[in-house]
Amino acid sequence: MVAAIENGTVIDHIPSDRLFEVIRLLRIEELDHDTVFIGYHLKSRVMGTKSIIKIANRFFSEQELNSLAVVAPNVTLSIIRDFEVEAKFRVELPHEICGIIKCNNPKCICNNEPMPTRFIAQGNTVKCYYCEKEQELPAVKLTDDLGKA
Amino acid sequence: MSENRSLVSIAGLSREKILYLMEMAHEFETHPNRKILDGRIVATLFFEPSTRTRLSFETAANRLGARVIGFTDPKVTSSTKGETLKDTIMMVSNYSDVIVMRHYLEGAALYASELTPVPIVNAGDGAHQHPSQTLLDLYTILQTQHTLEHLNIYLVGDLKYGRTVHSLIMAMRHFSPTFHFIAPKELAMPAEYKQYCQANGINYVEHEDFNEDIIAGADILYMTRVQRERFSDLMEYERVKDVYLLNASMLAKAKPNMRILHPLPRVNEISQDVDATPYAYYFQQALNGLYAREAIICDVLGISLDDIRADKSYLKF
Repeated sequence: MVAAIENGTVIDHIPSDRLFEVIRLLRIEELDHDTVFIGYHLKSRVMGTKSIIKIANRFFSEQELNSLAVVAPNVTLSIIRDFEVEAKFRVELPHEICGIIKCNNPKCICNNEPMPTRFIAQGNTVKCYYCEKEQELPAVKLTDDLGKA
Repeated sequence: MSENRSLVSIAGLSREKILYLMEMAHEFETHPNRKILDGRIVATLFFEPSTRTRLSFETAANRLGARVIGFTDPKVTSSTKGETLKDTIMMVSNYSDVIVMRHYLEGAALYASELTPVPIVNAGDGAHQHPSQTLLDLYTILQTQHTLEHLNIYLVGDLKYGRTVHSLIMAMRHFSPTFHFIAPKELAMPAEYKQYCQANGINYVEHEDFNEDIIAGADILYMTRVQRERFSDLMEYERVKDVYLLNASMLAKAKPNMRILHPLPRVNEISQDVDATPYAYYFQQALNGLYAREAIICDVLGISLDDIRADKSYLKF
């Protein structure tokens, strides 16, 4: 199983097929000095299989964490201090999502200019702010240059 | 980025704003030649060619006394050298008081309006929006029917890709219309626009037939072109290509107030024998583009209806 951490953030109940997108979204590969435990394809009573990420000594902003809702709306987040769960919560999809989702319209300006994408959330769909094409949330792809918004 | 008065989409215009622009266009119909933009510079940036729209905007600017700069073919600009739209807009913003732009990419005008305090007028962004076309359509409907309320508007032809018909639906949502969608199955009105009608309380009826009995109920018959390249199945194209052609004999039961509109250019979807009937109105519609665009240019520059009514510069012409 995945080791406990003294201080940091635990992201649980990640659908295994979205694990690597969560890693990209939080830019975990850029964390130089902190220990990261990743459990992939763990057995889960509720989900069948799930994935989990534990990041030592790292606390994310609300904005960073809410961006996870784009790819994994049901993840559970725990903030750990002194091996204790200090806070536990779920992510919430922001109304406006910048620089994360790739527009699936090749003729959209945001796929042809060096600019951040911008989407408006409407229930289970997101609408491109520029070309107004809608996408179902579970089918979205992430931008190639995540986090450069 | 600071707010500006750009016109990039029809969707955001309120009923009051639309009626206000109609009144302004009417002032320009009465007196199209004025010196109200003396000393101003209008840039027309056409990243894809559209001779008709460009001539209409440039005529509007010239008739208002403005000077026009710009390009009609992006091949002569730095776009071909890889310049971004942002850089082009920033550069032209230094020179002009308003930028009229047509672009092949969807959302280009909205993006441009975020980059500069100079107002942007969207003269078409890909298959997305073309608000000046919609405003001239509305002005034509108002001019011919003397109201925008409770009209029976029949949209014919390519309702799948035709952005003019989509924008017209959005703009008419304020005026309780009943739409009739007349199209082959392959080019039928997309579900998203039918949902839009339902969400906005707009009545609509769908037809595949197009004949004099159907036309008999119309106040406005809005024709569009059925284009061969839109069909994945060319057999289907061959089957339907002549179904949505209008000729004078089909107008026998038309209401006296009915008028035929078309965004032009037409190919064969309106037969030449229709031109001489009292129902044909597409050339006047194109002329109305001038008045609507004079109103749009003035509005984005902050010139009000009162300013235009007070202006007497037309007396010098």
